[in-house]
Amino acid sequence: MANLATSFLGIRSPNPFWLASAPPTDKEYNVRRAFEAGWGGVVWKTLGEEGPPIVNVNGPRYGAIWGADRRLLGLNNIELITDRPLEVNLREIKAVKRDYPDRAVVVSIMVPCNEEAWKAILPLVEETGADGVELNFGCPHGMSERGMGAAVGQVPEYIEMVARWCKAHTRMPVIVKLTPNITDIRYPARAAKKGGADAVSLINTISSITSVNLDSFSPEPSIDGKGTHGGYCGPAVKPIALNMVAEIARDPETAGLPISGIGGVTTWRDAAEFLALGAGNVQVCTAAMTYGFRIVQEMISGLSAYMDEKGFASVDDLVGRAVPNVTDWQYLNLNYVTKAEIDQDLCIKCGRCYAACEDTSHQAIAMSPDRVFTVKDEECVACNLCVDVCPVEACITMRQLPKGAVDPRTGATVGDYANWTTHPNNPMSRAAE
Amino acid sequence: MTNSPLTPGVAPGRLPAETLAANFSDKAPAYDPHEAMVAADRCYFCHDAPCITACPTTIDIPLFIRQIATGTPEAAGRTIFEQNILGGMCARVCPTENLCEGACVREAAEGKPVEIGRLQRFATDSLMAQGGHPFARAPETGKRVAVVGAGPAGLAAAHRLAMKGHAVTVFEARGKAGGLNEFGIAAYKSPDGFAQDEVDWLLSIGGITVETGKSLGAGLTLDGLRADHDAVLLAVGLAGVNALAAEGEDVDGVRDAVDFIAELRQAGDKAALPIGRDVVVIGGGMTAIDAGVQSKLLGAENVTIVYRRGPAAMGASRREQDLATSKGVRIVHNAAPVRVIGNGTVREIEFAYTSPTPQGLALLDETFRLKADQVFKAIGQVLDGAPEALARDGRKIAVTGAGRTSLPGVWAAGDCAAGGDDLTVTAVAEGRDAAEDIHATLMAG
Ligand SMILES: Cc1cc2nc3c(=O)[nH]c(=O)nc-3n(C[C@H](O)[C@H](O)[C@H](O)COP(=O)(O)OP(=O)(O)OC[C@H]3O[C@@H](n4cnc5c(N)ncnc54)[C@H](O)[C@@H]3O)c2cc1C
Ligand SMILES: Cc1cc2nc3c(=O)[nH]c(=O)nc-3n(C[C@H](O)[C@H](O)[C@H](O)COP(=O)(O)O)c2cc1C
Ligand code: SF4
Repeated sequence: MANLATSFLGIRSPNPFWLASAPPTDKEYNVRRAFEAGWGGVVWKTLGEEGPPIVNVNGPRYGAIWGADRRLLGLNNIELITDRPLEVNLREIKAVKRDYPDRAVVVSIMVPCNEEAWKAILPLVEETGADGVELNFGCPHGMSERGMGAAVGQVPEYIEMVARWCKAHTRMPVIVKLTPNITDIRYPARAAKKGGADAVSLINTISSITSVNLDSFSPEPSIDGKGTHGGYCGPAVKPIALNMVAEIARDPETAGLPISGIGGVTTWRDAAEFLALGAGNVQVCTAAMTYGFRIVQEMISGLSAYMDEKGFASVDDLVGRAVPNVTDWQYLNLNYVTKAEIDQDLCIKCGRCYAACEDTSHQAIAMSPDRVFTVKDEECVACNLCVDVCPVEACITMRQLPKGAVDPRTGATVGDYANWTTHPNNPMSRAAE
Repeated sequence: MTNSPLTPGVAPGRLPAETLAANFSDKAPAYDPHEAMVAADRCYFCHDAPCITACPTTIDIPLFIRQIATGTPEAAGRTIFEQNILGGMCARVCPTENLCEGACVREAAEGKPVEIGRLQRFATDSLMAQGGHPFARAPETGKRVAVVGAGPAGLAAAHRLAMKGHAVTVFEARGKAGGLNEFGIAAYKSPDGFAQDEVDWLLSIGGITVETGKSLGAGLTLDGLRADHDAVLLAVGLAGVNALAAEGEDVDGVRDAVDFIAELRQAGDKAALPIGRDVVVIGGGMTAIDAGVQSKLLGAENVTIVYRRGPAAMGASRREQDLATSKGVRIVHNAAPVRVIGNGTVREIEFAYTSPTPQGLALLDETFRLKADQVFKAIGQVLDGAPEALARDGRKIAVTGAGRTSLPGVWAAGDCAAGGDDLTVTAVAEGRDAAEDIHATLMAG
């Protein structure tokens, strides 16, 4: 069995699966049960400053998107940070950390944007024996209206400033949690690094309205006939999160900055993808909220089976493996020519590939009167749409034309690697004269 | 082909070879990976799942299904084997409609449970196909344990004991290990030599010696075993068969269904097996169904199962009964045999209708006769030849806790021990638990 133990910023945990700051980590009861179920670490539900606690709505706080069999695909929430008194949370964090010294306990915090507020809370957290802090600059609803959360996370200068304060006032590692509600994720990441943060974690939730009730005309979840945008998470957001993690991992300005990957992690495979794109560990919220803590067992067995199969001795062997393969469009090989190919033995003759290609793509699939579907190589641009809409796995595949072959569509001979930067149609082409 | 279903008397080769091959092939063929994914996707990953509670070996079913769903069927297999080392056979033979699938919340909601049995087979097949053995033995403890009987209970116990580091010797009366997995289970539930493959795979953990042809009571004594070992586990199953108590049953053509099935399971060439044109099976359990169905599959023209009570009282599950009727077997309820008719060889058998009374079943005056070239008795197996020194509970060996018998250092598990419902999976659970108890006892000093 592969060794899943990780050290993230020197914070050790028996596996790279942490619970993200959210309801699963809002109290001692939950966190103890999570550790018993096998989670490697937690980021405690975000703490606010001392004083009267936050209040939440007293009606529904979640909206959801489901598949046909009610599989939960996306979740949206309008919950705020912890609504329990600071001292209660601190006392519980201390008790849990004492009893689970081998697990990671990181504390998420969000206080108003002034140095005094951060200076005041950091020693209190430090006193619990927690392993680090995560600065919540991501919450996109409610808290942002009060100048916190995403309101900070959307302004790189603020991120840098607060990160610097925190580094000045604590010896604990500082993780900055980023909001995806921004045009280019690299700017806040760079700001975090400049401010001295030890790592970034991402993504927090994405501003969203999951649905509208067409009778009451209220967005869901509806609070007395009104709704507000919430934060979207769960399987649906994974592709967005993966891209943002990759962008930071391959940005020369933030190269080497540790990343904790969050967003839609539901299975070991999702986790492995985040790790491959440069995350040093992953955090999970919605999957635990949907299925309970026990899902971590599948993540553990799945990741270790995969690592054994690949011969990876430690999680570090996997971290970042895919990063060199993430590139800009302009560097993609334009001489990589493929054609769709339909396996007639597997084809069930539904015709979905035909409809997709004929109606919306390149009219590259022929249909015979007896429903035999074949690809017209002279029309196929290799877009892959037929592959994606085909209900039968591996029925349609892409075949690569070898070097020297002639592409029947363009009449061009397949040559060596060549990309857009040197293409004759590119006015900026740096082609050799 | 010379014979057909219409050939009178008892004759071999009633069906063409291809038909026989098809009849005795896999009853529920393995899922392909796509089918497994679709089936796995239906699992809700219930909290404190009812299916786990309903499984006698408490396999973590939602976890293994999730492992299938995430593309790691080998990990799923391991999850199963941790609880049930004969999970491969159980996937094929468990009456899941009464166990895990019967408890599935989707059975309650839609009448269509997650197909746990077939998913379990997919997972266990995947791991077994990988080769090697998923578990390693603990360091040798120096303790020696004797297991008597190499059926599911004995094998499960032997495996668990070997895993804990004990040296295990299994004494088996027959020439082969496997117990009823090898000699009893219907051929179409476990085709292609699966039972022996599973035994070989199970034994590959090491630390287990199987001595076949060694019988307790005929050569081996309990005292001898106790003297040579630190603990003894009896897992001898139920070797005896109940008598019919019908007049004239000692004629040719009347035999125990279990013997017929054992012969069928061991037959290399099904075409060589003689079977009657008119077959009557007496009984209402899994054995009766299996004898009836397999008679039909061998080419008998008419097969009738006669059971003395109503359908609900049958030991065979509803699904098993439906299987039998779908193969063309007729099931007659509420009738008991009173007389076997035939001069040296059975020709007919006479039944009386029955009626339940507070004092038991009463035979009514109305009778009927069925033509019969063969009569199979499937009216229950009984404990046979277990050492007299052991206290009994009814007709089985009395046990307390995890299989402790009245003698210190002697445990019993499986069909021979009191309690349980005479299923493969219960035998496995009892064997495993007795092994854990033996281990705890031996290690306590
Ligand atoms: C025809 C038939 C069909 C069945 N079908 C199913 C089914 O589909 N699903 C299901 O769950 N269950 C089924 N069962 C029940 C199931 O097979 C048993 O419950 C299970 O095999 C019991 O396991 P065991 O290890 O206790 O006993 P057995 O499987 O009977 O094994 C006992 C072993 O001990 C050996 N032995 C006996 N006496 C001695 C001795 N004195 N010394 C040494 N060795 C000895 C025997 O040879 C045998 O190998 C069926 C039973 C029968 C008879
Ligand atoms: C109900 C709910 C409450 C959340 N509260 C917080 C919070 O207090 N602090 C925080 O940093 N993130 C919070 N999040 C965001 C999660 O930590 C996580 O970043 C996000 O849900 C994406 O991960 P997922 O797809 O695994 O759910 C919350 C998410 C949910 C669903
Ligand atoms: S999960 Fe249901 S029962 Fe529990 S607090 Fe929420 S609404 Fe109430």
